[in-house]
Amino acid sequence: MADKMATRAAYGKALVEIGAENPNLVVMDADLSKSTMTNEFSKTYPDRFYNMGIAEQNMYGVACGLALSGKVVCASTFAMFASGRAFEIIRNSIGYTGANVKVCATHAGITVGEDGASHQTFEDLALMRTIPGMTVVNPSDGVSAKLLLKQVIGFNGPAYVRLGRAAVPIFYDETADIRLGKGNELRPGSDVTVIATGIMVAEAMMAASQLAEEGIDVRVIDMHTIKPLDEEIIIKAAQETGKIVTAEEHSVIGGLGSAVAEVIVKNCPVKIEMVGQQDTYGESGKPDELKEKYGMTAADIVKAVREIY
Amino acid sequence: MDHKHYEELAAKVRIDVIRSIHSAGSGHPGGSLSAADIVTALYFKEMNIDPADPSKSDRDKFILSKGHAGPVQYAALAERGYYPVSDMMTLRKLGSKFQGHPNMHKVSGIEMSTGSLGQGISVSVGMALANKMDKNPGRVYTLLGDGELQEGIVWEAAMSAAHYGLDNLVAIVDWNGLQIDGKNDDVMTVKPVDEKFAAFGWNVLVIDGHSFDEIFDAFDKARTYKGKPTAIIAKTHKGRGVSFMEDNPGWHGKAPSDEEAKQAVEELGGEW
Repeated sequence: MADKMATRAAYGKALVEIGAENPNLVVMDADLSKSTMTNEFSKTYPDRFYNMGIAEQNMYGVACGLALSGKVVCASTFAMFASGRAFEIIRNSIGYTGANVKVCATHAGITVGEDGASHQTFEDLALMRTIPGMTVVNPSDGVSAKLLLKQVIGFNGPAYVRLGRAAVPIFYDETADIRLGKGNELRPGSDVTVIATGIMVAEAMMAASQLAEEGIDVRVIDMHTIKPLDEEIIIKAAQETGKIVTAEEHSVIGGLGSAVAEVIVKNCPVKIEMVGQQDTYGESGKPDELKEKYGMTAADIVKAVREIY
Repeated sequence: MDHKHYEELAAKVRIDVIRSIHSAGSGHPGGSLSAADIVTALYFKEMNIDPADPSKSDRDKFILSKGHAGPVQYAALAERGYYPVSDMMTLRKLGSKFQGHPNMHKVSGIEMSTGSLGQGISVSVGMALANKMDKNPGRVYTLLGDGELQEGIVWEAAMSAAHYGLDNLVAIVDWNGLQIDGKNDDVMTVKPVDEKFAAFGWNVLVIDGHSFDEIFDAFDKARTYKGKPTAIIAKTHKGRGVSFMEDNPGWHGKAPSDEEAKQAVEELGGEW
């Protein structure tokens, strides 16, 4: 079995590395630094770390002020509170001004687990991708999280980075060619394409192996960047495989599935199935139990592929 | 002390406000006029700024947290020489740089795009924090409406400014007592404003927001006060300077007619 690592853990480590090279990097948190893993940075660079207390709206406002003064800011809290509670501050103070703030949001989706529905967000990708000029990234493993974070910090402008709580398999190596805005084809295939994002990429790879035994040749794409979306790889997949399944740990309304569908209907209409949270709230439980109950496992992808095949 | 020079400048700023809002056919005259003396004092005396070098690194910054008073900021910048006054007469029109609420990317001298209440003070905290980090002597001034104090983020920002000891930050409250739906006291009580800021750890000064003596004195005191941010609670009159607009909530967000604009400009000592 592959090594496992939570994308938030990769984020915490990467911040310390990037902080060494980039003296302009400032990190903020809203009383969750042990959970978001920004505490590593706070210990290493205490003069470039600000805990803003349990006040997410103000954290993103202050982040904007720091950014407009020349800093690059990574401001972290749980995805629910970053994208939800602080939405309008992110939209008006960060999006509208184009401030160099990276909203690095952890504990996204159902794999928050035991904390339950109040903390499980399935709306964040939808909310963030509607903001003009906002780059939206959802890494699938620890290695890609680090590589993408470096690129996100490397450009001047706002971004939303979605990170998870649970440890997930690592399948990229450090030399992988991962570029912001470019989907990665992880497995070739000619019958159906599964376009997955975040932790669902690992599930998609498992599903593809299983389906190969049944004689269904599945292409798997890691769509780590939701915006700007790699339209080319989607259109090519639609043309070559004729059927698309999307998989995300997010509502099927407004997220990856919707974004892919927008491209498909305009360019190359083919059938699409969407695996994700089905317009409902989550509940408390173990991450694996919840993924199963709410239909976000390899088995659900297998089912969707069979239906569309 | 005689402040005739500043009073004349403030009258010009008020005239520009009236003319631009009249030309736009919509806008917020009441809260622009109540803040005109404070904004004039900032741009013409208190702040270290240079219209010829609007982004010099050690400049002081002004953030209009009550972004609906954009015309008063546009007018002060114009009178200070950032651009010709005639430019701002395109206010609120399609394609104009002078948006209904200020956009930092469109108008020289605007440090932050505001309009959504409460966010300006929060961003100001970030700018003051950055100046502390960089040992930059630049100071940060933000102007809030009293109705704006009803936004929760204002108090989150107030808490954080005190926590980080931002004595390079000054928040001025344009305390005219009115908001769109009427008196603050009827809509949602914000009093006691001074005690609230004090309780949040700020140095608090209460002044007459139409007295240049008191405004300048408050800025002097804020500049020398160490360890805490300063809140200047400035008692003002909405619509100040125009008889029929004064203390009338009806003029929060309404443009004057041709006749009303003419009367307003003439009352302010201008020619129509």
